Amino acid sequence: MRRLGPRLVALSYLTIILLAPLGMVFYRTFEHGVAPFWHALSNSETVHAFKVTLLVTAIAVPLNTVFGVVAGLAIARGRFRGKGFLNAFIDLPLALSPVVVGLSLYLLYGRTGWFGSFLNRHNVQILFAWPALVLATIFASVPFVAREVIPTLRELGDEQEQAARTLGASTWQTFRRITLPSIRWAIVYGVVLTTARCLGEYGAVAIVSGRIVGKTETATLRVEDSYQNLDTTGAYSVALVLAAIAVAVLVIMTLTKPKEQSV
Amino acid sequence: MPAASAVVSAPRARAATFRGARRGTALSLGFVSTFLSVIVVLPIAALMWESKRNGAHTFWQVVSSPEARAALELTLGAAVGVALFNAVLGTVTAWVLVRDDFRGKSLVNAVIDLPFALPTIVAGLTLLALYGPHSPVGVDVAFTRVAIGLALCFVTLPFVVRTAQPVLHELDREMEEAARSLGASDFTVFRRIVLPNILPGVLSGMALALARGVGEIGAVVLISGNLPYRTEVSSVFVMNRIESGDPAGASAVAVVLLVVSFALLLAIGGVRYLVTRFDRA
Repeated sequence: MRRLGPRLVALSYLTIILLAPLGMVFYRTFEHGVAPFWHALSNSETVHAFKVTLLVTAIAVPLNTVFGVVAGLAIARGRFRGKGFLNAFIDLPLALSPVVVGLSLYLLYGRTGWFGSFLNRHNVQILFAWPALVLATIFASVPFVAREVIPTLRELGDEQEQAARTLGASTWQTFRRITLPSIRWAIVYGVVLTTARCLGEYGAVAIVSGRIVGKTETATLRVEDSYQNLDTTGAYSVALVLAAIAVAVLVIMTLTKPKEQSV
Repeated sequence: MPAASAVVSAPRARAATFRGARRGTALSLGFVSTFLSVIVVLPIAALMWESKRNGAHTFWQVVSSPEARAALELTLGAAVGVALFNAVLGTVTAWVLVRDDFRGKSLVNAVIDLPFALPTIVAGLTLLALYGPHSPVGVDVAFTRVAIGLALCFVTLPFVVRTAQPVLHELDREMEEAARSLGASDFTVFRRIVLPNILPGVLSGMALALARGVGEIGAVVLISGNLPYRTEVSSVFVMNRIESGDPAGASAVAVVLLVVSFALLLAIGGVRYLVTRFDRA
């Protein structure tokens, strides 16, 4: 009896905030069958938006993964001045508004920005083109891999690595044969989180993309654009694809997390 | 003699390896700092520089203008309110997930992370589908401040749950049983035993939720209607300023948001530091 109260509160909260709205989108999308859903998704502008999102994610995720692993190793294993500062700084994008990220890039690469005249002279387009989308997405998803790798490395300790070293293994050998296998699930988990963030980034991308339909519009911007143009079916369909990816991400997260904890 | 040369070369090889390790550290540090500089530091510096170039006068003029002030007050108020709301319901949810047992609990546990994985614009759209103009349940909060609260609750839902849950899991239940056998009521046990233990976790979860709430745009932009003075949050204000060609106005409010983020990161670091110091003592 004592437990029923909290359980009821928690479950109704989750239902009201999370599950019921999601169910509603699902219902609204397929209200008139699957045909409008497919029709909305096969729209050439929507297809292009998904392509842009995938391209940006395909560039941002590997870069952030390499960065996350190297930074994680440096913070968990290295001894150098300013380590605490670096550790805190990596977290900044988590606490920062995506709009601030977008504006910063806008000011840096825009016409009047620091690099503006230089880029203009050499005819390089960064703002309102895919490089800005990539930069904004990388910025927003910088911390995830490092955040997963650091606690795992700390828990692991460096005894095995030192043992490998004394036996004559090089830095690279030690990393590849000892460190990498023991942090691989942390990396997978971080990569999954990074991918989710890259696919779903909105605020930073909205500012630097210029929203050129069929050119720099990403899937998330397409959702907003469709909704504002009263194409709710289009908006719901794209949103549902993104939500399906989110659920897939969730499943992978649930599958990889216990393995990590059992190590 | 091969044996002798092996003996001689072993320490030398080891020295070379350690030199290699140090070179590896330097190399990785160089990579990390270059990457962070290009991606994070340089853009932030551009923002600070833009704000400084416009001068303190412009900054105050923008920030104290009625529209910006209304947006900032609304944002901070909503974020604080949602963080407090989360502190209560997040703790209850974490408690249920750790102490309660029912069918489908692991599913509920997985669902908590959904707002982390779901794109924020999709979050806003889903809320609009159920609580918007065509609401099937007859609740239409679109273009009101309630909608902003709802959107922020959606995106910040996991923070307190995920910071309180592990602490609650580790908590020694003997303490609670001792208190109960001494005649403490459920509420007293919670207030005197459970709460002090999970408070640091709840606080850092609240700080994360606060940071997220202050900066949120995707979940809010569709459902709030962005009416100046009424439902326009700071991040939307910044975006509108950029789109109407007023980078000075945008940067002033953005700097305020940046300072709030820094302050909250410091607060989270502070809580973490106090906890580890307390644990060591």
